[in-house]
Formats: sequence, C-alpha cells, structure tokens
Amino acid sequence: MRATRRLLGLCLAVGLSFCPAMGSGMPGDQPAQAARSKTGTSSPELKDLYFGEALYHAFQGQYFDAIQRLDTELGMYHGLDQPELDTLHYHINDAEFSVGDFELDYRMHLRAGRAMKAVLEGAVDESVRNEAAFRLARIYFQKGQLNDAMHALQRIQGTVPPQIVDDVEFLRANILMATGQPSEAVKVLKQLRSGEDLAGFVAYNLGIALLEDGRQQEAIEQLDNAGQLSAGDPAGLAIRDKSNLVLGTMLFESGNFERARQSLDRVRLEGPFSNQALLRAGWAEATAKHYDRALVPWNILASREPTDAAVQESMLAVANAYASLNLNGRAALKYGSALELFTNQIQKVDASINSIREGRFLKALTREETRENEDWVITLRSLPDAPETYYLMELMASHDFQTALHNYLDLEDLHTRLITWRTSLDAFTDLIRLRKQNYEPLLPDVDAQFRKLDARMRLRLEQRKQLRNRLQAMLTAPRPDYLATADERSASERIALIEKKLANSHGPEALALRERAAHLRGALTWRLETEYNDRLTAATVHLNELNVQVDALTRQYESFVRTRQAATQSYLGYDKQISQLRQRVNDGQQRVDRLMAQQGHMIEVVAINQLQARRDRLVAQQTEARYGVAASYDRAARAQAGGGEK
Amino acid sequence: MKNTSRLPVLTVLVLAFSFAELGGLHAATASEDKNTAVSRDKNTSSPDQEQMRGLDEQVQEVKSDVLSISQELSRLEEKLLYPSGTQVAIFIALAKGDQMRLDSVRLQIDGQLVTQHIYSAKELGALRKGGVQRIYVGNVSTGDHQLEVLVDGKLDDGKDFSRTEHLTFRKEVKPKLVGLTLSGQSSGNPSVALGDW
Repeated sequence: MRATRRLLGLCLAVGLSFCPAMGSGMPGDQPAQAARSKTGTSSPELKDLYFGEALYHAFQGQYFDAIQRLDTELGMYHGLDQPELDTLHYHINDAEFSVGDFELDYRMHLRAGRAMKAVLEGAVDESVRNEAAFRLARIYFQKGQLNDAMHALQRIQGTVPPQIVDDVEFLRANILMATGQPSEAVKVLKQLRSGEDLAGFVAYNLGIALLEDGRQQEAIEQLDNAGQLSAGDPAGLAIRDKSNLVLGTMLFESGNFERARQSLDRVRLEGPFSNQALLRAGWAEATAKHYDRALVPWNILASREPTDAAVQESMLAVANAYASLNLNGRAALKYGSALELFTNQIQKVDASINSIREGRFLKALTREETRENEDWVITLRSLPDAPETYYLMELMASHDFQTALHNYLDLEDLHTRLITWRTSLDAFTDLIRLRKQNYEPLLPDVDAQFRKLDARMRLRLEQRKQLRNRLQAMLTAPRPDYLATADERSASERIALIEKKLANSHGPEALALRERAAHLRGALTWRLETEYNDRLTAATVHLNELNVQVDALTRQYESFVRTRQAATQSYLGYDKQISQLRQRVNDGQQRVDRLMAQQGHMIEVVAINQLQARRDRLVAQQTEARYGVAASYDRAARAQAGGGEK
Repeated sequence: MKNTSRLPVLTVLVLAFSFAELGGLHAATASEDKNTAVSRDKNTSSPDQEQMRGLDEQVQEVKSDVLSISQELSRLEEKLLYPSGTQVAIFIALAKGDQMRLDSVRLQIDGQLVTQHIYSAKELGALRKGGVQRIYVGNVSTGDHQLEVLVDGKLDDGKDFSRTEHLTFRKEVKPKLVGLTLSGQSSGNPSVALGDW
C-alpha cells in the first residue's frame, strides 16, 4: 500500500511525464502500441482474425471485449497439441503482450503481469524476453512495486528491440525518481537521446529530477529548454505548456518576475494549463507592481468558465488591481461583479451538493446518451437544470475522483452485461426446451428408419467387400468359372446334366452324343479361359465404378450421423452448465450491485467533500469581495471629499 | 463501449491533474523539503483513500470473475447457436493504408440478407488501425455458397463509392471463417478481396 502511495508520489513529481511511454495517462494510445510489432520486426500481416477482432475492440477502448476475445484465443492456443499450426502462432508474442496492455487499460493491474511472466518463462528470443521484462517492469511500476520493477529491468540483457530502447531508459529514470534517487535519474535522463514523441517528457522530467536533486539553477535552465521544444501532437504541446508553467511558478516564487512572465507567456491560451498560466502571469505582474499589465491576463481569465477556481480567483484579483491603481469606482464595480459571481457560484455549489445528496449525480454520470459524445464531461456540465454536474470538470481534476468514477462506470457496464446475460440464459433455456419438444417425438422414428437403412447399407457394403476380396484372390489363383455369364453357367449346367445322363449309355449313338457334349464343354471352357483376363479387368473396373457411389453413400451416412448427433447435442447436457452459469451471473450481479453502491457512495462523498471545500473558499472570497466593495466606496468617497476623485 | 468516449477529455484532465499536483511539489521544494511529494504522500493516505484502494481491488476481482463468466457464456452460446458443423463467421478488414471512408456494409448469403452495418467514426478508426470486425456469425450447410457484399462509402477524394461484389465460399465440416478486405478504388486493390482462413 505504501508502495502505491510512493508511486502516486512519483506521478505527482513527474506529472504526466511517463504517460506517453507508459500508457497510464493516454489510454487511447495503447492499442496503437499493441498493434505494432513487439518483436523488433516490421508490423506483420494479420494472420489470425480473432486477434484482429480483439484489436478492433481495443482500438475503440472496449477493453472488456478485447480481453475476453484474446483470453479465449490464448486459452485455446495453449490447449492445442500442435499450437504451431494455429494462426495465432504468427502473433503469439504480440497477443501475450497485448492482453497485458488491455488489462492495464481496463484498470486490472492485479492480473496484468501474468501474461508477461508467461512470456518470460517461455522459450522465446532474447529480444522478446527483453520486451516482456520491460513490460513487466512497467506494470510493476504502475502497481507501485518499485523494487520489483527495477528487478524486472535488470533482467534485460543483450538485444533490446529498437522501438523500446528509449522507453526502457525512461522507465528506469522514473523508477529512480520514485525510489528517491534523483541524481541517478539525472544521469539516465541526460544520456537519453529520445525521439520526438518522448523528447518533451524527457526534458521535463530531467528538469524535475534536477530540482529534486537540489540543483535549482540547472533545473530552471532545463525547464526553460523543455518549454521551448518544438511539439506537434497534443501531448507534446501539453508537456511544453506544463514545463513553462512550472518554470514560471518557480521563477515567480524566487522573485524573478520578468523571467516568470516570459515563461508563462509561452503557455498556449487554449491549452489545459492556460487558466493557471494566465492567473500566475497576472500575479507575476502584480507582484512587480505592474497592476495595469496584470489586468491583461486576468481580464482574459475573468471572462472564462466561472466554475473554474482560477477564474474565480481572477475576479477578485482584477478588482484588487483596480483598487491598487486607485481606480476605486472601477474597483467597486469589479468587486460587485465578483460578489455577484461568488454568490451565484455558492448557490450553484449548494445546488450541486443537494442534487448529489439526492442521488442525481450518479444517474447523470451513467446516462448513456451523454457518453456517446467524446466531450461528454463538457456536455454533462452544460446540461440545463442539472445542478449535480455544474462542477464536474473540477471534480474530474481529482485523481481519487477519477479512479472512483472509472470504477463506477466499469461496474455499471458490468451490471448491464450481467442483466443481458441473465436474459440470454433464459433465452437459451427456452431454446433448449423448444428443441427438445421438437426433436424428441421425431427422433425414435428417424432412428428406426435409420437402423433399417443402416442394416441394408452394411449388407451391401459387406457384399462389395467380398467381391473385392474374391477378385483380389483371382489375380493369383485364376477361377474362370467365377467370371462366367448367366447363360454360360446355365449352358455349363445343361452340359453337365447331359454328361450325367450319357454316363451309363454305351451304344454308338451315345458315344457320338458324348463326343458332342465334350465338344461343347471344350468350347465353353475355351471361351472362359481365353476371355478370363478381359473379364477380370472388366469386373475390376465395374467394382471401382461402384466406389463413387459408395463414397457418396458414406458421405451421406456421416452427414446424417453428424446431424443426428447435433440434434441430440442441441438440447442434451446443458442443464448443469446453464444452472451453474445462472448462479455465477446472479452472484456476480449481487457483488457488482454491492460494489456499485459502495463506489457510488464514495463518489458522492468525494464530490461533496470537494464541493464543500470549494464552497468554503467561495464564502471566503465572497466576504473579501463584500469588504472590497465597501472599502472601494469608502476610498472613493474620501477621495471625492478630498477633491482627488478617481 | 460506454467507457471509451470519455478518453480524450480525460487525457486533458490527466494533464490538468498532474499540474495541480505539481503545485504541491513546488511548494514543498520552496520550503526546503527535499523529499517532496513522495514523503508528503505517505502522510496523506487517509482512511477514505484506504477504503478507495480496497474498493479498487474488489472491483478488479469482480472484473476478473465477470470476464470468466463472459468467456464461458461465449463458449456456450457458440455451442448452442453456432455449432462448428454449420458455423460461418464473416470478418471485415480495411486494406492497409486505405483511406476510404467506409459508411456501410451489407451482406447477403445465397440471396438472403444476413446483416448490414453502418460504421461510426470510432469503428472506422479501429478498422483503419488494423482491427478486424466480426460482422456476422451464422449457420450454413456444407457446400458452396454465394456471398454478395455491398460496400458504401466515400473515397479520399470525396467521391461516393458503392460496389457490389459476388463471391463464393465453400463450407466444410469445420467452422468457416471468411475474411473480407475492403479497399477504395484509388489503392489499386480490388474493392472486396476474399481471404480464406
């Protein structure tokens, strides 16, 4: 637990610096990483459609479906006798890595490391093993197990895939920072020559590491460099803004107002750090007593979203600046505007708190239609008559709130799935009942007919087999009589009968008849003997011609057997499985509902606490504004009485 | 599904969050606290945060359980509804690098409409990144079958694109996987290429 806090500490220290490389803050980038080759080769052509399907889900942020699909595929793959024949074999390393990525993206850190461990323990190439070690280290790092993370990095030896070389060193530096070794982190970061995508983060982290190491001047120069790096993508622009903001704040606190202003001026007006930069830029000018110049950024800020804390602070700051410029009438007006805004915002915060207490906040967060839009947080906040969401953006800036909200939304998704599955199980039960109703009366007749046909078929097949055996035998032991035609067999029998009748006759006439019979026997035998080879060939050809019919019959037979089996399997043997699944779904539903209630309560508590803190601040600001109005009028009156009105 | 659309906004919020915390870092440094955020965090672990982490671990466990139920249910569904002897699954992929804006796909097997799908921007993005959509799972008898694929979209030059392709696949005893790779004309590939798995 302490390690987790240390990790959070690191997150606080390095901010988002590890996000692009580690994927913890830019979940949308993860699938793109997953899709690219992880083995140092170019992106391979997709060979496994189900792996492609898992990626399709992941690319849309549907990590539950992605994990479910890929886990099933991996389970089947590892259960095969010859997995190398499976199409997933072409992507097995990518698949193992990807499932870990998806689990991290689905905030399942507890089990995210198992896939990497499996790769590490398997017989894989050095580069694949090294990548697995890196990924395992990254998971440990994100889980706050810093020693394990460093240990995993130490397992990297030999060839490292080129695409992760920078990431490995970047992670090493982050771990060193998290374990309180900033000087070591500085050494690693200074040697890191990263590509454009990581350059801003490396530069920023180096600045923070130098700061942590007590080398303030070097940190300032480093952050100054980081704040001027070219950047094209939103993350690069944001880290550059952040470098300038941190630098500006440091310089401001050290009294170097001019340079602080220059640094803060470099922060983009439309970026996520714009409000803070404008506020601090104003303070830098005001502290140097350049109140008129301070009014420029503060007036820009004062016209922005009024629920933002920086905007609220700027309202008072503007009024204070006018007061400092001795423009008491203008100051009174600005204090009046601020007072009005604070009063309105206190009412809004109260409405938000009440609405949250009434349970409307959670309902708003889970509105399906609002989250179809990418800017759903902004959409929700802008909804009329939905006070529960007025301060949503501000709440989202809290890590605790974000975690709780993610979990709540995930639970809500699981809740919906479980309800759907319960309906599916009911439908399956119904389907099975109907199939049983349909098949059970039909099958006895079908089976009886099949048994008759089966008996006839077996008889014919046996006859065919005997014929084949006989023909085979006749190749070595010729039997011309076996190949006699029906007429020839009849003739042979008649000759035999005549020969039998003539056997006991001894007259000249009988002798002549016996000679004729012998002649006929000879003619018949001659024919059978001389035509034997042709007849044997013809018989074999005819038998082979029968093979086509027999093959068709066998196919039909097998098809029937499969269909018959399928009929039985379509309704028999599911009761226990469905019953167990239904029980698991019900148990899961209860657990999810209980956790949702707890998580929902937690969200409401966090939200109300934060809103209460905001309210306290607004009340203090309201008091200050009220005092400011009175003081301004008082000064204006005194000035008028003294003849020096402004 | 629902969790995905919030990512871009949350990315920005992560950035904002990380800055907000850096304010703390800087204050700590200014007060000569060299251990800065790490030491500070150790002392700020409130009972609420402990409870939150405990809840987080329970949520992870329940996710594992539900994933396991989902896998078993998926196997049951396949066995009940799409037995291997008759199962056919049709997948859609986009040709590598093809920038066609795919609007919809309609499939007919042996003259019967079996499915049609209209693509959202997110789905199209996922296809362009190399994802593969399982657009249809159903049952057919063994033997040859006619597959008609109607693809509607826009080419990268803005022109409308509509193609109908007639293909044939053969169903054997094992489950049949049909992969369709779609591409616009400009890429020089056929509009619908049939892959056999």
